[in-house]
Amino acid sequence: MKSIGFAGNRGDGIKSDCYVEVEITTSGGHDIELQSRVKALYGKQITQLTERVLAHFGIEHAHLKIEDTGALDFVLAARLEAAIRMTMAVDKEFLLPQLKENTTASQKDQFRFSRLYLPGNSPKLMINAGIHQANGLILDLEDAVAPAKKVESRFLVRNALRNLHFYGAERMVRINQGEAGLEDLEYVVPHHVNLILIPKCESADDIKKVDEKIQALRQNFNIVNPVWLMPIVESAKGVMNAYEIAQASQNVVSMAIGLEDYTADLGVSRTNEGGESFFARSMVVNASRAVGIQPIDSVFSDVSDMEALAQNVKRSKALGFDGMGCIHPRQIRVIHENYAPEAAEIEKAKKIYIAFKNAEAKGLGVVSLGSKMIDPPVVKRAVTTIQLAINTGKLSENWITDPRQKIKGER
Amino acid sequence: MKYDKLVKNAVGRMVPTIINGEEHIPFMGIGKYKPTGRKYGPKISSCADYPEDGNKVLSSLKDALIKAGLSDGMTISTHHHFRDGDLIANQIFDIAHELGIKNLRWFPSASFPCHAHLIPYLEDGTINHIEGSMNGALGKFCSEGKMAGMGILRSHGGRYQAIQDGEVKIDIAVIAAPTADAFGNANGVDGSAACGLLGFALADSQYADKVIVVTDNLVPFPAIPWQIQGNFVDYVVKVDRVGLPEKIISGTTKITKSPDRLLIAELTAKFCEATGLIHDRFSYQAGAGGTALSIGNYFGDILRKNNWKARFIRAGSNKYAVEMLEEGLVEYILDGQTFDLDGVRSMRENPNHVWTSPFTSYNYHGKGNFASMVDVVVLGATEVDVHFNANVVSHSDGYLLHGIGGWQNTLFGKTTILPIPLFRDRIPVIRDEVTTLCAPGEMIDVIVSERGIAINPLRQDLIEKTKRAGLPIKTIEELKDEAEEICGVPDKPKLSDEIVAVIKWVDGTVIDSVFKVIEDGES
Repeated sequence: MKSIGFAGNRGDGIKSDCYVEVEITTSGGHDIELQSRVKALYGKQITQLTERVLAHFGIEHAHLKIEDTGALDFVLAARLEAAIRMTMAVDKEFLLPQLKENTTASQKDQFRFSRLYLPGNSPKLMINAGIHQANGLILDLEDAVAPAKKVESRFLVRNALRNLHFYGAERMVRINQGEAGLEDLEYVVPHHVNLILIPKCESADDIKKVDEKIQALRQNFNIVNPVWLMPIVESAKGVMNAYEIAQASQNVVSMAIGLEDYTADLGVSRTNEGGESFFARSMVVNASRAVGIQPIDSVFSDVSDMEALAQNVKRSKALGFDGMGCIHPRQIRVIHENYAPEAAEIEKAKKIYIAFKNAEAKGLGVVSLGSKMIDPPVVKRAVTTIQLAINTGKLSENWITDPRQKIKGER
Repeated sequence: MKYDKLVKNAVGRMVPTIINGEEHIPFMGIGKYKPTGRKYGPKISSCADYPEDGNKVLSSLKDALIKAGLSDGMTISTHHHFRDGDLIANQIFDIAHELGIKNLRWFPSASFPCHAHLIPYLEDGTINHIEGSMNGALGKFCSEGKMAGMGILRSHGGRYQAIQDGEVKIDIAVIAAPTADAFGNANGVDGSAACGLLGFALADSQYADKVIVVTDNLVPFPAIPWQIQGNFVDYVVKVDRVGLPEKIISGTTKITKSPDRLLIAELTAKFCEATGLIHDRFSYQAGAGGTALSIGNYFGDILRKNNWKARFIRAGSNKYAVEMLEEGLVEYILDGQTFDLDGVRSMRENPNHVWTSPFTSYNYHGKGNFASMVDVVVLGATEVDVHFNANVVSHSDGYLLHGIGGWQNTLFGKTTILPIPLFRDRIPVIRDEVTTLCAPGEMIDVIVSERGIAINPLRQDLIEKTKRAGLPIKTIEELKDEAEEICGVPDKPKLSDEIVAVIKWVDGTVIDSVFKVIEDGES
């Protein structure tokens, strides 16, 4: 254990964060040195929270230096805890009251068009992430966190899961590989994470280890909600084992491909057209469909080129993918719009849906449109298409009551 | 005495009625105060006293200031068309200091970070106080109560009104001009330091006792266009450089890349579209902030989609407005100041890009002005309270941060929208009470934030039109609660009861006081 603990970020461009240094002393009580740009308005609250955290960990004497750039309470608490726990071996956690809306469960087959990656140690990017309405927000403990920041980011991600507003987005965490990843789970599973992304999967075993640990944690902490899994395949070996990965656990709801690592593994360059990854992407789509889960495409890394992104999404949809990762909020809408059904698809689906409803109302077992009989899977697809169209804003939620939508013959 | 005789004005704020030894009138309500009598007139001059060959050129600024009679207690005015690239204001006070002159009143149309240079002169008594905007280091200086006299902040229109009322009598106006002739005709469109126009110096040229034009591009008579007329000018001075045009562009004049701000901009445009505020031949004014600029872009998309044109933009022109003019999406730009060099070029070359002044646009003593004819006005604010009162000059910790600029004047447009984030670095923007009240809530119609839109209950028409528009409409209290749930309820900043500056309304009455900030560590 160290005599001085520290955590957090400071310096140019850092906002909504704080850097904390804690030195345990033997006398003099709590000596808190606070530098903050919001001191006039929040100085008292920052000091009070700091006192509460110190008391929680039973620290009577300490010298603290806090450089604050507008950290919210959950950020400050995470930084303090991370710094304090460098100086003492305790399992105790300091938790703020859980936001009620962050306890909801997610569904196995809910839409996962877009999921926005948020670096797990950058509060600035987290705070408004939800307002951009991605289907999921990923708090990333893996590649987006520098090795030296791995530990402190766990406290921040844990607190974010409890106290950050997600505005309805599915709460996702990408854990690290291997042992570190299993340890990551202890910080997130007890706090209502909906879905865990497992990076660099190469075998069913990679999934099983994570799943077992999750189930153990769920039992220990009485977690009722499911914790879904999204393995990411990022290597040639992973691609070859895609099918076994997809069926490694019932909790796997979708499988993603990570093309940056995959193309590096092949020793080829990643192109916008994606010819080099056609095989891998098809494998992921096929394996996923074979098991009945969602195939999810890789992120598109040029955040300034929305036109190229749109083309990429169209190709992805044509290949059979159900969604894609985003690394910038501006990508979300482009992704939604291009995975969304096109106007002609929606029109057709509407007709089928109305015919189905009419048949249902009349107690008919068979659905027909004009002279054509409609099979159940076609109805199911139409329902999905309509839901997609509503979710992506292409169709009004109450389209069916809009008189212009009524078809001939209906009263 | 800095100030005396406090009274509670019509918006419930305590304001002094004696400021820097002179009488001022407390705010009485919108459109309530109408002075009578005649406007202030400058001293009579005779052309017999001026060279017949029209050559008014002197060897240096110092020479000109001495000939203009620079002495203790005078009022010196400058304009801010070079924004942070102004080189002349600082030189004036360097000279005054060298000559041992004291107690000057600086009356700029706005100040910028480059004017932090003047702080030693505020400390040693060369300058008594500033009437104009106080930002950055000057704002801090004034807010901490270090300025000898009281600061007075006015809008661009209010500045014109103060001059016309004789409330501020300018002794010497120094007009930095990118191009001038020896007679004093001057403009901002030509020359290597072209800054567009000189509208903020127009009143100064007409009403000051002595007028000095400073230029680095002296051309033979006539300098055309004569945005400033030589007939008002006493002396002309040639310098090596009059200003830095590249610094006209400040951080607030670039389009935002922040996804959160783009979201606000887009929501604002959607609101305007859904409520029919945008239509063929509509007009709008957008401020200089990054969000406001992106809103212009989204407006452009809507116009294009509908095959509409805007009749005019009231600007602050910049590259984006110029592109719209050149694309034919807008018919005229009525320009008050150019924010970048594309704006300067367009003003020089395009007859539909028109230079204006606070007289035509904002002047309270005009027989009407353009501001009230604008359909949609998009502005920023540092704070708004639950009654829609807004603050544009001070930060929530009490420090002066911005000038008023044309902000108060443009509020007279038909619909005023403030696109603002709900909080900035944890600090909520919607408060129970604004720190400094710069506009009464009845002037603000809509708040657009990243988490929802609040419409002033006075605008039932807009509330009605948004009922089925699928927009996230909330009450302003709901927005406030939402921000406080995220950030925590902020404490009130510790302010002393000592007044350091006052805020004028557009009619010259005092709408609020700025209180001294208690510095960190002080008790």
